[in-house]
Amino acid sequence: MAILIVAEHDNATLKGATLHAVSAAAQIGGDVAVLVAGEGCQAVADEAAKVAGVAKVLLADNAAYGHQLAENVAPLVAELGKDFSHILAPATTTGKNLLPRVAALLDVGQISEIVAVEGADTFKRPIYAGNAIATVKSLDAIKVITVRGTAFDAAAAEGGSASVEAVGAAHDAGKSRFVGEEVAVSERPELTAARVVISGGRGMGNGENFALIEKVADKLGAAVGASRAAVDAGFVPNDMQVGQTGKIVAPELYIAVGISGAIQHLAGMKDSKVIVAINKDEEAPIFQVADYGLVADLFEAVPELEGKL
Amino acid sequence: MKVLVTVKRVLDYNVKVRVKADQTDVDLTNVKMALNPFCEIAVEEAVRLKEAGIASEVVVVSIGPKAVQEQIRTALALGADRGIQIETDEMPESLSVAKLLAKVVAEEQPGLVILGKQAIDSDNNQSGQMLAALTGMGQGTFASEVKVEGEEVLVTREVDGGLQTVGLKLPAIVTTDLRLNEPRYASLPNIMKAKKKPLDVKTPADLGVELRAHTELLKVEPPAERAGGIKVASVEELVEKLKNEAKVI
Repeated sequence: MAILIVAEHDNATLKGATLHAVSAAAQIGGDVAVLVAGEGCQAVADEAAKVAGVAKVLLADNAAYGHQLAENVAPLVAELGKDFSHILAPATTTGKNLLPRVAALLDVGQISEIVAVEGADTFKRPIYAGNAIATVKSLDAIKVITVRGTAFDAAAAEGGSASVEAVGAAHDAGKSRFVGEEVAVSERPELTAARVVISGGRGMGNGENFALIEKVADKLGAAVGASRAAVDAGFVPNDMQVGQTGKIVAPELYIAVGISGAIQHLAGMKDSKVIVAINKDEEAPIFQVADYGLVADLFEAVPELEGKL
Repeated sequence: MKVLVTVKRVLDYNVKVRVKADQTDVDLTNVKMALNPFCEIAVEEAVRLKEAGIASEVVVVSIGPKAVQEQIRTALALGADRGIQIETDEMPESLSVAKLLAKVVAEEQPGLVILGKQAIDSDNNQSGQMLAALTGMGQGTFASEVKVEGEEVLVTREVDGGLQTVGLKLPAIVTTDLRLNEPRYASLPNIMKAKKKPLDVKTPADLGVELRAHTELLKVEPPAERAGGIKVASVEELVEKLKNEAKVI
């Protein structure tokens, strides 16, 4: 068996999500090749070559792949993928955008967001917002899979010594162009990779009040998240959203502040090791999943918490 | 320009799903079904494009048993012009869905196809991308803004780091994210009018598509239950527990 992993990167550095996919590949078993498709991305390929467990790095460096538009990258992955039994990518927005297109070009199904490997062709994945776990067996010759990062440990970033090989002709489908981007700036750790996450919900009242939990976050070295209600109310940008339709996190400690605990939010955080809820409504569903619950007014409890850390 | 919108009938998002005792699947007998929320946003966007004079006709398509006509009628009540049901008692997988839709696209020749980014039952997030691959069109997934400008559609996408805007040559495929718009409610007169709007019924055989299984569902289980927690009385106690009991800070 041979496994192709599509690397997640920004042309400068390899994103951590890729390391989780490498671990999933190790559980499937087989030679692991990592494809780095981008523009001016030699540094990423060198980084990928050092990842423990990677046998080979395929580098497709071309202007057509600069922004990793699915229309251009999918034909490349489908072409290279014919020689592999499995094609994996992290279940990030990039991976989710790309892999179904690859699968359709190969005329095979795609299995989304696996959380466990049961065998080379059998995987577990959550359905119904995480309220049920399905075990599915792939019937296709090539298995195209996205991997939920929080379900697999990260592979060691050092220790490997894979060869880097330039591959692939340029595919420019001419169907799409990159126009621009707005990147949210944050000095705190990335949500999906943070050891501690503290999130605010509608109970925060407004965006300014998020400063209260940011102070706690800084003391704990935590990332700051939000519920969909807080995002929809315009308190914070949507890339902070934790939930079924936002990011899926599984930190060691998750602190939910002023969050009721709707199904859609729980789907994004219920695999956290320890959950703390601070809410003034003692009937809030969040208390059913919280290991430690504090029924209190967040505007008093959160500053007090910050003071005691 | 004609806009094609897809809708899926799914378990209502407020209903907590139960797994069958024999673990073969989830139990969908006698539960409330509804229009998938992302599909509702897709219908709304299409209707807004029509109101803006960009779309000339909005065609809504759904795949499934006769019951999906209810969701097609809902979309018609929201402003779509006519419906197409592809009748099958199976729950086709994403690739089969995309193949059926590709045939409809070939017949209808829409300028834009709008789908939801994912259905809240299977949580796959695949059909739109697969349809784009099969039709060779550009794809604007997870859209939070859609602007048609001449021969191109500008799609602002919600990506992990923030927002990204891409320009796609028309015809193109767009999948909706939650923040694209706020869907309207259907008014009673519009619900009555929707009953008279045309609804074609086709079968996969009519479209020349054979439904094929790509996966086998072996088992469905409830997720691991979290052990019941405790309530603490003060911030002090909370910090003490996190330090000494849970050892996470």
